[in-house]
This record gives sequence, structure tokens and C-alpha cells, in this order.
Amino acid sequence: MSLEIEEKAVSSALGDRLHPEPRHEPLVFERSGRGKVGYSLPPLDVPEVLAIPESLRRADIEGETEVTEVEVARHFTRLSQLNFSIDQGLYPLGSCTMKHNPRTNEEVARLPGFAASHPLAPEGSCQGTLELAWRLEQILIELTGLSRVTLQPAAGAQGELAGILMIRAALAKAGNPRRTVLIPDSAHGTNPASAHFAGYRVSELKSNARGTLDLDVLEAAMTEDVAALMLTVPNTLGIFESQITEIAAIVHAKGGLLYCDGANFNSFVGIAKPGRMGIDVMHMNLHKTFSTPHGGGGPGAGPVAVAERLVPYLPRPTVERRADGTFTLDFDRPDSIGRLRTFLGNYGMFVRALAYIAAYGNRIGEVARGAVLNANYIRAGLAGVYHLKYDAPTLHEVVFSDKKQAERGVHAIDIGKRLMDYGFHPPTVYFPLIVPGALMIEPTETEGRPGLDAFVGAMRAIAKECEEDPELVRKAPHTTPVRRVDEVGAARNLILRWRP
Amino acid sequence: MKFLPASDADRSAMLQAIGAARLEDLFASIPPEVLEEPKLPPPLSEIEIRRFLGGLSARAASARETAFFLGAGLYHHYVSAIADQMLYRSEWLTAYTPYQPEVSQGTLQSIFEFQTHICLLTGLDVANASLYEGASALVEALLMADRLARGRRRAVLSAGIHPEYRETVATYFANLDLEIVEVPVGSDGRTDAAALAAAADEETFAVALQSPNFHGLVEDWSAAARAASRCGAQSVAVIAEAASLGLLAPPGLAGIDIACGEAQSLGVPMHNGGPLLGFLACRTAHQRQIPGRLVGETRDAEGRRAFCLTLSTREQHIRREKATSNICTNQGLMALASNIHMSLLGRKGLREVATQSHAKAEYLKAAIARVPGYRLPYPGPSFNEFEVEAPVPAAPLLARLAGEGILAGVPLARYFPQWPNRFLVAATEMNTREEMDRLVGRLGAVS
Repeated sequence: MSLEIEEKAVSSALGDRLHPEPRHEPLVFERSGRGKVGYSLPPLDVPEVLAIPESLRRADIEGETEVTEVEVARHFTRLSQLNFSIDQGLYPLGSCTMKHNPRTNEEVARLPGFAASHPLAPEGSCQGTLELAWRLEQILIELTGLSRVTLQPAAGAQGELAGILMIRAALAKAGNPRRTVLIPDSAHGTNPASAHFAGYRVSELKSNARGTLDLDVLEAAMTEDVAALMLTVPNTLGIFESQITEIAAIVHAKGGLLYCDGANFNSFVGIAKPGRMGIDVMHMNLHKTFSTPHGGGGPGAGPVAVAERLVPYLPRPTVERRADGTFTLDFDRPDSIGRLRTFLGNYGMFVRALAYIAAYGNRIGEVARGAVLNANYIRAGLAGVYHLKYDAPTLHEVVFSDKKQAERGVHAIDIGKRLMDYGFHPPTVYFPLIVPGALMIEPTETEGRPGLDAFVGAMRAIAKECEEDPELVRKAPHTTPVRRVDEVGAARNLILRWRP
Repeated sequence: MKFLPASDADRSAMLQAIGAARLEDLFASIPPEVLEEPKLPPPLSEIEIRRFLGGLSARAASARETAFFLGAGLYHHYVSAIADQMLYRSEWLTAYTPYQPEVSQGTLQSIFEFQTHICLLTGLDVANASLYEGASALVEALLMADRLARGRRRAVLSAGIHPEYRETVATYFANLDLEIVEVPVGSDGRTDAAALAAAADEETFAVALQSPNFHGLVEDWSAAARAASRCGAQSVAVIAEAASLGLLAPPGLAGIDIACGEAQSLGVPMHNGGPLLGFLACRTAHQRQIPGRLVGETRDAEGRRAFCLTLSTREQHIRREKATSNICTNQGLMALASNIHMSLLGRKGLREVATQSHAKAEYLKAAIARVPGYRLPYPGPSFNEFEVEAPVPAAPLLARLAGEGILAGVPLARYFPQWPNRFLVAATEMNTREEMDRLVGRLGAVS
């Protein structure tokens, strides 16, 4: 990386930064004024009736707003301008896969048959929606190489729970549900939490010096009391478990099942198939690999693909195609783990994911190729500047640490905050837990080379600032709508709502 | 490929910077025996995607083109154009969980406002940033109650709670050594307060009641509140039709400890059943046991008002298997839509939507009751939904009406095989008198 690129990158990023003046937008409740109206309804065309006893009614909704549409439009537009988003620039939040969200997908998801339909309508009135779900399942079966997919889970964490519950049901049916789930120390926090809520004890496996799982560590832990190994592939360091088939063999030899956390499926989608790796269950995050928008924290969707032996345990209902080509819901699944939520799942996300996959078609592997190329480019650009605890080859993300900068009293959080001044969202910090002071960077495939160069330039400039003016970094950010926010104070003195 | 900004020249230069000869070399860590390209059709253009999905959409009945009376936990209510158009803004759509408050004040303040709206509607002190949907919100509420009453094993649930909610609870509870006791509804379709109280004992951690219940009937929150407080359990109010909160007594004022359910009616389209908008609210005393994300008000380094996620030490990314819940995402964008909707409607509008829905449902209920052969099994007070017993099996009747552009109701046979002739009918402010008269006329003609 030449110094010239570095300087150019920094100045252009500074030019793009958020508006430097501190701005404040009152709460919508503080805009309220007696008698103002923000809606209109037609006059009531039936007799006015109130057939509910007074004791079961309320008189008023005290404290609720009285604002006009104009004020609401301005309020939410102004609020939006206090956010950083993918469309403004690189959002390298590791593990979250913040990639471009195609707008066609937003448009088609709002077609009336999808946005204004009801899943309890008569079957003949929902053939289009059932077919869409069925088609998405077929595509996910093809991409994973597994036997069937449930689309019901509302997000990855619910997918994890569904997967572990299916494993439990299969083992219980065979006579013994077992008591333990093995999880490597690099895993997402949702893994142990999901295993716990499925009634399992969690046993943590230590990663080796390469950041992956040692076969003898697994061999020692893998007993006939172990129901499953929950493995993130590639793991949260972005490292693929090269011995995945051996791992699967060890787990299967003891009668256990291999659960794959597919949060990082975007790094090998269209290139390799989990079904060939010996994986028995895998959840996918439609909001990561298949680019449904993150929306400020959801909605997501967490379909789960399973091998043949787990098919009887899939959540109810499943979508089936009859011999005559019509579609129906199958509720008659006696071994099903049951239902994880209402209706069919986050259907609107199915529409977006299907549109996204259709746009790539048989070239879907380009997603993974682009993501891996970009992450490795950043890795090369920052090598030597930031410490890399595990230097094994990585796929779609790279985890540096603040080790060098910490010697100057500057920590991962400070580096992240300083990146905001350069016009970038910070990486994920302090995760995975096995890397102290982690800076987890995931650029995704939708970032071009100029953006990557600018990011590398900013990271290098910050490293220099850590040497020359550490206080500047520690006090960052300097140019955001608010300065460093007192999170400790928020937890100590809880104010969780406005009060009239 | 229009979503991939790297040119061929970029790619070669980048590979060179990395020190790799070919792109495939970057995948050398994946064993060759697991590599396999998927068999998928070639990429589709934007025009083809619109055509393909437009074709599927056209083969599903929508509330925009039918006389629409479906409910059962998912309702067709008014949503102002602005509540959807605002969601297109990149700053809302393409941001993530506001882990970094300095560049996320918009999302954080909107969640804080959403939390406030839910508190005002439920009459409780604290609400979280949203949950997936109603059924899993009930699960989270019950697990919260279980944490508050350490060691107790039993949840008492009214059978008037939505059957899909109860099935979800059963799925979650199956392996947690927790027991569910269901209190059946009485012959009037409502939960008997005495039966509820009799079922709750010193082993009970929660008593849950839904209002309006699945049969559409308005229940008395205080029945659950009294049954729970007598034995030291938490009372849980379940709300599957949140528009009712504009008219019905808020659970917080009736002594309820935790309110949870589905807020889809407040600004979120039906989306064929998802994404929806789960919510959960509780009293201040229990705020540290609330699951899901929470936004709090604080100050920045210069003393200005600012917002941030708070109490995250309850959450899975810190506490792992000891977390209050395994959930990670919430329903951010839906909570935003709902915040916009509730702000627009506000004090007067939320009430007017509720009173209009109620008046229309009362009109329709009375008219259907007059159709020969049709009967209302439960005469008690309802909000905007009610059960009807037809003289013939409901499912084929409803399928026939759907063919005529009337989605008349949800057959109960799927949930209650013992009632093949019954169905649920919902009305909202979206229905016109003309549509309702047409429905009544057709029921009269086909009976």
C-alpha cells in the first residue's frame, strides 16, 4: 500500500464524514401539541356502538402524541440522518455481513400478494405464496446439499434452537437425548444460549494455536453423552475447519450430530456444500448471506437445513407440492418438534432472499469469491500494522487485535470510534472472545477497491495517531452527531422511556 | 454482476497485493472433496425478477383486492403511506443493531420512543426494543416470570390464548423441566376467574390470560392479576390484537406484571404472517430480568442527551448460556414503522381506530346473527373479532366465498377439530359497510 493512496484515502473519507455540527432532535412526544392531528379516517359508516362494559375499557391514552404528518416526516428524516448506514460507506461489522441491499427486493416484497396477504386464507387463495416458499426451500436444499429446509425460524438464534431441538428429538426417539453439547470457545454467544434453552449442558472446547479445533481435543470430549457439536464454519475468525470431514466422523462415531452455525455461509455459498462435509443441521441467516436488509436490528430470518434423518422432526407446518402441482401446508407431522412462532416465518424476508438468489442464479459463488477477496485484501493492507493473533488463512473476515496500540493506552473501542471520524462504521470489537481486544473486520463482496483502500488508509492513519497522539484516538469520535456516549451511566441510572 | 464493484483489473491488482496467483488459492483451506457448484438457473435481470415474483404475487389473494375479514392474530389495519416510505431510507434500512451509539442515534432514539409508546399503551413502566412476534414474546415473558420465581415449575395458561402461541410455548418448554397447566374456557367462551385462581398454587410462576382472547372475547385482566398475586406468581397479559389497546383497559392498570404479544396491528402490514412485531413490557422492579434489547437515555462526553443500548449484561453475547434469552436480533425496522404509526395516530387516532373497528365488528356480528342457520356461540363482549357457527362445514364455505373475492374468516377446524362449522370473523376500520353487507348477503345465499 503506497503512502500516496493512504493520504488520498484519508482526505476523501474525512470529506464524506457525518455532518460535524452536533445536532439534537427532540423526542416525538416533546413535539406534541393539544389538538394536532397526524391521520385521517373515513367517517364511520355504521352506527356508533360501544358494547364493552366500562370496567373493561380505558378512558384515554394519557401521554400519547398529538402531532401532524409534517412534523412526523421531519422528525424521522432528521433522526435517520443521525445514523450511519451501508449506503453511506463501508460498514465492516464483522460477523454481521453488512452488504448492499438490492432495492428490487424491497419493491417485490411489497407486491400485494406478499405484503397484504394472510397465511390463514383458503389454500386456493395462497398458491402463489406457498409456491414461493417451496421454491426458496428447493434452492436452499440445492445450496446446502442437505435434504430439507424449514423457513419458520424468525432469526438465526431461533434457527439454532430449532436445530438443536431437532437433534434432541431424534436422539430421544432413538432412546437417549443425551445431556451435553460441545461448543468451541470461538462461537457466537447465541450457540451456548440456544443449547441451554434446548435443555443441554454446554461444554466449551478450546481452540488451538491456529484458531481451529484439534481432533484430539474433540476426540477426548466426544463421549456418548454428547448430543452434538455446534461448529461455526468457517469459524468466527474467518478460518475454515479444514478437517471438517474428520470432525464429522468423530462426532458421528459416538452417535452425535454435527450442527453447523451457518452465519458465515456467505464465505462459501455456491462453492462448497455443507451436506458433503458431514454436517447434519445448519441454519442460515437470510439477512447475512442473502442480503435481506438489517433494518437497524432486524427483522432477520433463520432457515434451517437438515439431513434426511432429521426430516421427521422439522417444525410444523411444512410446505408440500402435490403430484398435481398444487401446494399445501402439512400439519400432520407426528414427530415434529412443534412450532417456534406463529404462521410460516418472516415471509417478507423469503421474498427478498429469493429475489437476491435469482439475481445471481448459478453465479451465486461470486458472492463468496468477492467477500473472500476483499477480506484478504484488507488483511494484506493491515498486516504488520495491527496484530494478528491467529495467522491461518482466512475467508470472508479477518480478526486483528489492539495489542500493539494497547501499549500506547489505546484500545479496540477507541480505534473503532476513531474510524467514525474517517467516515466508516467501526468493525465488531471485543469479539470473538478468544482474541483480546479483537477488531473483527468483514468488508463483504459489495465493497469496491477504492472503498477498501480508503478503509485501509484510515486504519493505518489511526495506527500512526496511536503512536503520535494517542489522546486524539482515546477521545474519539470528534465529528459525529454526539460525542462518546456514557454507556456506564446509562446502565447505572436507567431511563428507559419518556414520561408525561 | 451489478452488485460486485470490483473490475477485472481491480481483482488482479488485489490478488497481487495479497500475493495469491489465483482467486481459487484463497479457498485452499476448504478440502476439495466438499467443493460443489450448485445447479441453479442463470442469473435473472431486474425485469425478469419483477415478472417472476409478480406472477407469484398475482396467485395470492390480497386484502387490497378483496373484502377482507381474516384475523386470528394478524389484522388488516390502516397504515399511513409515510410509515412505509420512511422505511426505504437507507439510514434506516441498511443500518444494523446500534452497537455504536455515536453513529446510531437515529435508531436508538426511535427505539426509545417505541418503548415509550408500548409503556403508554400497556400502562406498564418498561418495554423492550421488540421481539420476533407474539408467540415467542409469550415464551420470553414466561421464561422471565420463571426467573423471577426461582424454583417454581408451573405456568398456568388460559386456553383462550391463541393456539399457535400455546403450541410455541410447548415447543420451548419441552426440554426445560417446566410444566404447562391449561385452564379451559367456559361455555361462554371466556376464562373462568375462579378456575384460573384454583389452578394457580405455590408451584406456579406465571398466570397468563389473553384479551381479547382467541375467540374474540374481552377478558378481565384482574382475574389473572388476582390469581397470580395470591400465590406470588407473575401475571402475564397476552395481547394478539394490539389495536384493542386504544379502547380496552391497559393491563398495567389492572395489576398485571408483564404484558406481551403482537403489535403488528400498530403500523406493520400483514406480510403473509411475518415479519411481525413482538413486544414485552413489565414493571420497574423487574426491568433487569427483561429479555431482548433495551435502549436507555444517557449523556455524551459534552453533556448532551444521547441514547444507547443498555443492560446488555443480560444478553447472550456477554452471558452466553447464562443469558436471559438466546435472542440476538429484534424487529428493528418493524418497531420503527410502528413508532411512526403510533406517533401519527397518537392519543386520538389510536382510540378512533379501535372504536371504529369495534363498531364495524358489532354491526357485522349483529347482521350475521340474523342470517338463518347462522349462530354466535358466544354472546359476551368482543372487540373486533367474533366466532360464528355456520350451518355447514366452514372450510369449504370460506373457500367458495374466497372465489367470489370475499375472505370471510378463518376456519377453526385446524385448531379445534371438534368445531368444523365454526370460523372467526374480524372487522377493522378498513372494512366498509358495503363489503359487510355483501358478506352477509352471500352467507344468506349459500347457507
